[in-house]
Amino acid sequence: MNTFSEAALESARLLLGLDSHLLAIVALSLEVSIAAALCASVIGLPIGAMIAVRRFPGRQFIVVVLNALMGLPPVVAGLVVYLLLSRAGPLGGYGILFTPAAMIIAQTVLVLPIIAALTRQSIEDAWRDYEEQLKSLGVTPSRAALTLLWDCRFSLLTAVLAGFGRAVAEVGAVMMVGGNIDGVTRVMTTTIALETSKGDLPLALGLGAILLLLVLTLNALVLAIRDFAERRYG
Amino acid sequence: MVKKNMVKKLLLLVAMMTFPTLSQAQLPFIVVASTTSTEQSGLFKFLLPVFEKLAGMQVRVVALGTGQALDLARRGDADVAFVHDTELELKFVADGHAVGRREVMFNDFILIGPQSDPAHIAGGKDIVEGLKRVASSKSAFVSRGDRSGTHAAELRLWGISGIDPHSGKGSWYRETGSGMGPALNTASAMNAYILADRGTWISFRNRGDSVILIEGDKRLFNQYGVMLVNPARHPHVKVELGNRFINWLVSPEGQKTIAGYSIDGQQLFFANAAPGR
Amino acid sequence: MLPLRLEGVHFSAGGNTLLGVIDAAFETGSRTVILGPNGAGKSLLLRICHGLIAPSSGRVVWAGTGRQAMVFQRPVMLRRSALRNITYALSLAGVPGVQRDARAMEALERVGLAGVARRAARVLSGGEQQRLALARAWALAPQVLFLDEPTANLDPGATRQIEAVIDEFDAAGTKIIMTTHSLGQARRMGDEVMFIHHGQVAERAPVKQFFEAPASEEARSFIKGEMPW
Repeated sequence: MNTFSEAALESARLLLGLDSHLLAIVALSLEVSIAAALCASVIGLPIGAMIAVRRFPGRQFIVVVLNALMGLPPVVAGLVVYLLLSRAGPLGGYGILFTPAAMIIAQTVLVLPIIAALTRQSIEDAWRDYEEQLKSLGVTPSRAALTLLWDCRFSLLTAVLAGFGRAVAEVGAVMMVGGNIDGVTRVMTTTIALETSKGDLPLALGLGAILLLLVLTLNALVLAIRDFAERRYG
Repeated sequence: MVKKNMVKKLLLLVAMMTFPTLSQAQLPFIVVASTTSTEQSGLFKFLLPVFEKLAGMQVRVVALGTGQALDLARRGDADVAFVHDTELELKFVADGHAVGRREVMFNDFILIGPQSDPAHIAGGKDIVEGLKRVASSKSAFVSRGDRSGTHAAELRLWGISGIDPHSGKGSWYRETGSGMGPALNTASAMNAYILADRGTWISFRNRGDSVILIEGDKRLFNQYGVMLVNPARHPHVKVELGNRFINWLVSPEGQKTIAGYSIDGQQLFFANAAPGR
Repeated sequence: MLPLRLEGVHFSAGGNTLLGVIDAAFETGSRTVILGPNGAGKSLLLRICHGLIAPSSGRVVWAGTGRQAMVFQRPVMLRRSALRNITYALSLAGVPGVQRDARAMEALERVGLAGVARRAARVLSGGEQQRLALARAWALAPQVLFLDEPTANLDPGATRQIEAVIDEFDAAGTKIIMTTHSLGQARRMGDEVMFIHHGQVAERAPVKQFFEAPASEEARSFIKGEMPW
């Protein structure tokens, strides 16, 4: 039997067995990445929208930097957050290194540019259509940003989802600041890395299949919401 | 006011439902900086539940190479270090980064290689002679190259043999810069020789054609030590909890538990703590 | 707030003059139709008057303060109900929250859209959306209403409905300034015609005089249908 068919069996066994240890890992993965995507959205959506509707010196530079940061390697985000949260670092006093909170912070840093940049793009496209009408009605830039955020809510779901997808799939940042502690900070990707290290490739691949399935389901769900909304609101 | 309180409670409830794992209550805990080989051998999974139940506290293990684990301890990001490089450990204590080092257990290193054995070293008892033959036949050799305890042991053995393996860089000597498991994966894929710890090897599943070629040399002895990160340097170190763990490891029960860990009938670690002080 | 005065207004982009130097005034009372072939600069002139675009040189001067509104060729509706599209505009105009719903409903009734108040604005037909845009303007009770080719994308039936609403604005005392390239619409809706050609005001005259005895060569050929629009 080759590794792939073994992996298929393994993931089926994991899924059907509903092993409580595995469930806890999946739950932590989802919780950490959802929390990170939420935090990054709360910060990134308004930032992206403001950049989209305002014209100010240095704007082009910020857009370029934001787009570049979308490709930020997770390990780098992890390293920066690690150095900040380490006892020897400026935020060491809080003692949150190697906790889920640290993982959420690192993933927020990682995902923020993605959500902000995609929001900027989305809102700027919409702004091109709305600008004259809204200006004619006497809108202020910050009110315009809010209005567009709400009006583009369904397409922005995709931006948030992209952020979540990046968070839940990355391993470098959570490994670094979470420490892959069994039962505390071990998530799906760090488990996959660990099982790969132990040479248990079928188990690692099986976990990968489950991760993929989760992300796939979520994507399908968001697509369905968008589809419904587009028919409902035009 | 009442309404505000209700909203707060509702928000909390929603948060707890969305993030059930994150909102769990926490036991008192310590962070232990340890090594990938210990973690991957499965020892902690066996050992820690026994202690945690007994002590009513949690032990959170961050597994890295010995060098990185000591870096972590040096920065104060762990309460306890549990590693296997006696030389480095003693220096670490001498430099004042940790206190109260105790020896806990040992296992041994083994030289793994392909069944075809191009350097003809199978069955030998002399690790230095074996390494010399690998080098002279220019057979592929995978090194951890990650400042781990295993990496340090390997470099010491090369030193004794009088060979500078780095002269073979780019041809037969290959540094992966990774943990024991990934390095074994690499070696098995390239049919290369590799120095590994027995614990990881026994629990390793992707062996391919690799087998044990040299074992039993006294110089392959791998001692594990445990120590408390110096609370004088890092006041937040949980002294009481940390010592509770260390004392248990070297206690008769702890030692018995360690000795009782086996895979496929093979004992992985040999408890050898000096009797209590 | 009228008259609205354009003083030496000029607009150029990339070295090309798009709107020649224009001096003109718009008085209260009459309906002004800005007529001209495609690309003459009608829409640009309207946007400069409304304040959406600043002229490269010259000034746009209002005699006083007051409310103005604009209806565009392609209505832009937010992803919310017809009613909420209007209350949104009222909120931007500073109308107190308690008054908005009533004013919005009244405006919807005025354009015959009360029945779809709760429907999503973007799923309404093109004609309905344009009437909704007019209702949005109506709710603001503007003293001046700019309309940029408001029926260019609509069928004759929808066009008639729009023109009827514009007549109501006029009857309510709102100054109408609209662009069109349709001669028929100019005849129906205009008291006076401002004919624009190549960014210049080629002729300005009462509607009857403009069509019966156009003074400029350009106007003559446009009326004969010799210019592309």
